[in-house]
Amino acid sequence: MQGGILVLTEHLKGEITEITYEMLGIGRKMADFLKVPLYPVVLGRNVSHLTSHLGIADRIFLVENPALDMPSPNVVASILKNVVKEKQISLVTIGGTNLSMGIGPKLSAFTAFPFINFCKNITFADTSILFTSQLFGGKILTDTRLPNNRGIISILPGSFPANAGKVEGSASVERLEIPLGEPEVIFRKFIEPEAGDVDITRQGILVAVGRGIQNQENISLAEELAGILRGAVCASRPVVDQGWLPLTRQVGKSGMTVKPKLYLALGISGAPEHQEGMRNSQLIIAVNTDPKAPIFDIAHYGAAMDIFEVIPALIEEARKRKGAG
Amino acid sequence: MNWVVILKMVPDTVEELMVAEDGRSLDTQWLRMIVSEPDEHALEEAILLKERCGGTVTAITLEAPEVDEILYTALARGADRAVKISGEWTGLRSTATAQIFSTYIKDWLGQNLSETLVLTGSQAIDDLEGEMAPYLAHHLGTPYVGVVSGVRLEEGKVIIMKEFAGGLRGEFELSLPAVLGIQSAEKPPRYVPVAKVRSIMKSVKIDTVESSLPEIPASLSVEKMYKPEIAGRAEMLAGTPEEIAKRIVEILAERGLI
Repeated sequence: MQGGILVLTEHLKGEITEITYEMLGIGRKMADFLKVPLYPVVLGRNVSHLTSHLGIADRIFLVENPALDMPSPNVVASILKNVVKEKQISLVTIGGTNLSMGIGPKLSAFTAFPFINFCKNITFADTSILFTSQLFGGKILTDTRLPNNRGIISILPGSFPANAGKVEGSASVERLEIPLGEPEVIFRKFIEPEAGDVDITRQGILVAVGRGIQNQENISLAEELAGILRGAVCASRPVVDQGWLPLTRQVGKSGMTVKPKLYLALGISGAPEHQEGMRNSQLIIAVNTDPKAPIFDIAHYGAAMDIFEVIPALIEEARKRKGAG
Repeated sequence: MNWVVILKMVPDTVEELMVAEDGRSLDTQWLRMIVSEPDEHALEEAILLKERCGGTVTAITLEAPEVDEILYTALARGADRAVKISGEWTGLRSTATAQIFSTYIKDWLGQNLSETLVLTGSQAIDDLEGEMAPYLAHHLGTPYVGVVSGVRLEEGKVIIMKEFAGGLRGEFELSLPAVLGIQSAEKPPRYVPVAKVRSIMKSVKIDTVESSLPEIPASLSVEKMYKPEIAGRAEMLAGTPEEIAKRIVEILAERGLI
């Protein structure tokens, strides 16, 4: 018999994260399709207040324990293993976020449930569910089905509408007492992003550079263009990893999420981790030599051209316009 | 201290990827393989740790075409030992890979595992079954943390920085042995000249060990692999760089952005 659907409620600093609502929205659809209950599980220290945002659930499982302060993937997975067993769960969804990374494989190892990563779309056919995953930086998709619809799914952030999962009011809450072992990873403290630099989340115009900028010296070209456009320079991960720009300028999964009026992407291929941080920009214009780069799938305008040909021309053209205006 | 680094080969996505005739896997004929980028960072972090705290760095890979060159490069960068696990490895996913590596590490280190930190990339672009590091930690029975971008040793404890989102990070403490999924090293992976790699090839040997395919209880079977349909594609601007620049500035002007 098909069991319930368990959604791991992700929260950070006392607030439920967006991915949770994405999972609850699509989780509701899966639950209705399979005619099974939808159970969010909330686990942490002082987290009972979070249950009031989970009105979409049939019932909420709550695991509260002072020791669950930023628990390790191993601790979370061992709690989920217990819930899966006790509550006859067949499907578990987990956020494909930095915060939840590692929980899925660990739970898969504990339960022998298969794990599907990078899930971007879920479709329904006959009696089973088709899970579409995005691999190789978004260049390839795979369709996978789970035997008996039993398994663990990691959902890529931004794949499903969060609004579908946002229902105020609480379902009935069932407190679970699950014994915890000695924690093998201890949370010490948060380290806030360094202040003092430009806050790219507040900029109306962003000139974003990626691997295509090639070296640190070329960043000054982007700076010059950003100066004329009265914006700021930001970057994708490889540029920050090289130390060419500070962490405060990074857009994407680990970095900032930005929604500027203009996002001018220069030499950025548009890997899923980067798209996560900028896809809701009002206007995206991308320049990249590879006409098949995924950035062109989300950009409004694109040019398949060498950025070192386009940037100087843009600087000149923008200056002319400014001078005329 | 044993700093153990696991390197994995993945297709270079700069090249066009093609689906094989079976419609369920990649066409390997034209694939160009490179080291998974976070694994390069794991190697760099291990070498930085060795430079600070002593010990030896061992780089391990599964046998694959051109993998010798990768291992010699790792040695030239500062690894002390390179190990290639040979066997029939095609289409392996994280669960199987983790078992092969954990079997080797247990055979090799046995009781000496206590002074071991395994570093590998936090994730790879082909992790359909999820990241390899937590599976590996499970088999080795050690703690694990992923998305790590800073590691130090403090009184026998491992102190790591884990990235969340929006630039927020967390500091965690683990005891040894442990497995870390590295997102980025404190410094970009170092460059070594080809001449240095060549001279290493003459002086150091790669250790080759045999292994066999593990039995996997819950492996996924892919029904279909395909390229995404291009939806909401950008309006592409054509012409000379000057014409494109002019058009972009016009678009900005129309929206009052310039």
